[in-house]
Amino acid sequence: MTGSENWLIGELERRGVSRREFMGFCAVMTSALALPRAVGAQIAAAIETKKKPTLVWLEFQDCAGNTESFLRAGRPTVADIILDSISVDYHETIMAAAGHRAEQALAKTVEELKGQYIAVVEGSIPTGAGGAYCTIGGRSALDLAREVCGNAAATVAIGTCAAFGGIPAAAPNPTGALSVADAVPGLKHLINLPACPANGENLAALVVYYLTFNRWPALDRYHRPLFAYGKAIHDACERRAHYDAGQYVEQWGDPGHRAGYCLFKMGCKGPVTYQNCPNVGWNSHTNWPIGCGHPCIGCAEPDFWDKMTPFYAHLSGVPGFGLHSNVDRVGLWATAGVAAAFAAHGVVQLGKRWAQGDRPASRRSDEKKKSAQGDPS
Amino acid sequence: MTHVVVDPVTRIEGHLRIEAEVDGGVVRDAWSSSTMFRGIEIILKGRDPRDAWAFTQRICGVCTTVHAIASIRAVENAIGAVPPPNARLLRNLVMASQMVQDHVIHFYHLHALDWVDIVSALSADPGATASLAQSISDWPKSSATYFAGVQNRVKAFVERGQLGPFANAYWGHPAYRLPAEANLMAVAHYLEALDWQREFIRIHAVLGGKNPHLQSFLVGGMATPVDPDSQAAINVGSIAAMRDMIANARDFVTRVYLPDLLAVASFYKDWASYGAGVGNYMAYGEYPEEDEPTAPLYLPRGIIRGRDISKVEVLDPAQITEFVTHSWYDYEGGDDASLHPFDGETRPNYTGPEPPYERLDTDGKYSWLKAPRYGGEPMEVGPLARMLVAYVSGHQRVQELVNGALAHLGVGPAALFSTLGRVAARGVETVVLAEKMDDWLSQLAENMGSGELAIHDNSKWDPSSWPAECSGAGFHEAPRGALGHWVHIKDGAIANYQCIVPSTWNAGPRDGVGKRGPYEEALIGTPVADPEQPIEILRTVHSFDPCMACGVHVVDPAGRELTRVRAV
Repeated sequence: MTGSENWLIGELERRGVSRREFMGFCAVMTSALALPRAVGAQIAAAIETKKKPTLVWLEFQDCAGNTESFLRAGRPTVADIILDSISVDYHETIMAAAGHRAEQALAKTVEELKGQYIAVVEGSIPTGAGGAYCTIGGRSALDLAREVCGNAAATVAIGTCAAFGGIPAAAPNPTGALSVADAVPGLKHLINLPACPANGENLAALVVYYLTFNRWPALDRYHRPLFAYGKAIHDACERRAHYDAGQYVEQWGDPGHRAGYCLFKMGCKGPVTYQNCPNVGWNSHTNWPIGCGHPCIGCAEPDFWDKMTPFYAHLSGVPGFGLHSNVDRVGLWATAGVAAAFAAHGVVQLGKRWAQGDRPASRRSDEKKKSAQGDPS
Repeated sequence: MTHVVVDPVTRIEGHLRIEAEVDGGVVRDAWSSSTMFRGIEIILKGRDPRDAWAFTQRICGVCTTVHAIASIRAVENAIGAVPPPNARLLRNLVMASQMVQDHVIHFYHLHALDWVDIVSALSADPGATASLAQSISDWPKSSATYFAGVQNRVKAFVERGQLGPFANAYWGHPAYRLPAEANLMAVAHYLEALDWQREFIRIHAVLGGKNPHLQSFLVGGMATPVDPDSQAAINVGSIAAMRDMIANARDFVTRVYLPDLLAVASFYKDWASYGAGVGNYMAYGEYPEEDEPTAPLYLPRGIIRGRDISKVEVLDPAQITEFVTHSWYDYEGGDDASLHPFDGETRPNYTGPEPPYERLDTDGKYSWLKAPRYGGEPMEVGPLARMLVAYVSGHQRVQELVNGALAHLGVGPAALFSTLGRVAARGVETVVLAEKMDDWLSQLAENMGSGELAIHDNSKWDPSSWPAECSGAGFHEAPRGALGHWVHIKDGAIANYQCIVPSTWNAGPRDGVGKRGPYEEALIGTPVADPEQPIEILRTVHSFDPCMACGVHVVDPAGRELTRVRAV
């Protein structure tokens, strides 16, 4: 190991983090990545020998929720190191420079590290009004995304807005908002980390994955890493036994709600949502939405603002509801039910608007709609 | 005359652009523009009002509770749902912990770098830094060894040559006035606060499943069951955990945040004479102490006009209107009119320059924010407004802390009307709320102990129990100020939705008679030593804690795609 490659060990020591603690962190990362525990040692070796990668973080039609989530990532001391292990050359919410000095910093990275840096995009990209729905330094989001993502080694679309269009693209999509994939087609490596917001833990795990294996992870059809989005929430839910036993919350605050019964009847979208919330948890594994008593709203799935709403209506057409049943079948049937409900809702909305002579600027493609109804595995 | 453009304004939420005319080293005029628009209220039309909180919550991921709270209150007001006492207490805990966490992040991670020069910290003497730290607080992490460790970390960071988010800033600017030791102390606490925020906000995971975007809100109550004897509810263990988190928060804000704030302020006392702004202050008030709609509020409601702190005026929401004269919308009855949110009629119409552009047409329309007014006057909202209203209304703890801060700095109450006053008020408020949270937690525990376990008003959950048509308003004090949502429900669906948001009040453009908004007015008279490095502009703008994604909103009755108008 050369001196410049050994910076992480020095960094750990400066922060008073022992090698033992670091190995512990790597074990956590291993479990987040759903790998055998023995791989932990390999991860540690890989992190120690890599140089600090450069990352630029663009915010477009966003709420900064993914930025905040990133700040909450990890076990306090060591995950902080992983934050510092990346050179974040541009991130409007945290960077010290402002105005044209900030723009210079971005331009410098794009020019000097062309093809080498990682671009992270938070927020959707509006195409209406000639780009005027989101400008930074007078430039449109689309213009910036084309340049910055087009010259990146890889692009990470963090959060459901960047990954799938999210809330700005919900019907009737007033600003013509698009996902990164739709706004800048043909990117070399595009990884979607949806959820509203994405769990900061999954971004940290993605970086570790890259540093460890020197390649990007296996993805599902929506470009989501399988290590974080490979399993239905329903499959790993701590309340699953209550579902199987037919024990449901019937009313907010009823004895079943207090006892942690299944939230299916209250509208839970866990059977049709693929994310690792039940395994990884939120805020240093403190809790997660179903754990606190509220149904899953399906926030990691494409078009969830249209397909998963109304949030408190339960999934329909689920065979074997209340009995032991094959979760894939439940998932499939439930998704079809949601899709049918969405179609009805969408038709009513569109009908009303088209009757007024208005056509929404950007609709999701048919292909995307179709694929969204399937089982991503 | 130099025309200064700051875009992007960084270390804020969202997209903000400031243009200013600087002459003789002083800002003579200023324009505040928001450059991002999503149209979330358009998206809400036709949807289930019980879902609205989740949509509006996504207006902002920084103040991630506030639009959910305002939304459920507006819908409850419309349909007549009455949340039970436990829901009120859970909400008070959610809201206050949001406020405490957000204010600390603002001070250290969004605002501090306007006052603290990280590069200067490299030349500090760790021993002298320890003496300084120990002279202002008994916080245990204050040894010379500790500060030497922090300094070495920063040195190593700088020597690696990858400055990351600290690159290209205004380090060495003459406006930085802290001694090297104060800079080192602040850098150490910048890093500590980064860890602290992550730990403290676990309270939101207990109360709401996760942060950001807590998921336990319900129209009519909260989704978090309470039961001392259950493993799947807020139980005795959760109460103990929250008590611990609150104690740690109280410890950090009283022993680190407030002492740091006063220490930094003592080197920048001249900033008590800049950045006053419009001089009118408005607070809706917050933290109901009882359950009826007119319950007393822990932080009171009211209006202060013209910097007159001899009285607080009663607030009347009917006097709230919005102008679009300088905003990228138009009104059917003419753009000089102003409309109440219940009559909110808005037609987006972008008339600005086609991107990429260099300058906005500041004589015409120049922002996606509207210009809200109260009785025709611009109002500043936020911590300063809340603390002034509380101070004048006789809130004892606020008076003690405000008087203490003024005495410490050797200035009078007039110093509050300033950039520095805004920073100080935020710190005072953080302490007041961190101290108060334990009371609400204790009341919740008492209820649970006595078998009072209700968390929700089930009587109004089913839309068939609602009137065919109804309207409601929901008010809330968000970290950045007074927030209002107005909803009109018809046949169980949202017919109209309108938000007037703190950053719209503060960052909005000129109105129909040319009166500047609070940011714009506050910038007038701000010194700018070097127009190429306008750090002083950032100081005043950041003192408001801008949150631009919140500020932009619109209702478009036709839901139509907006037309582009090419600039000539």
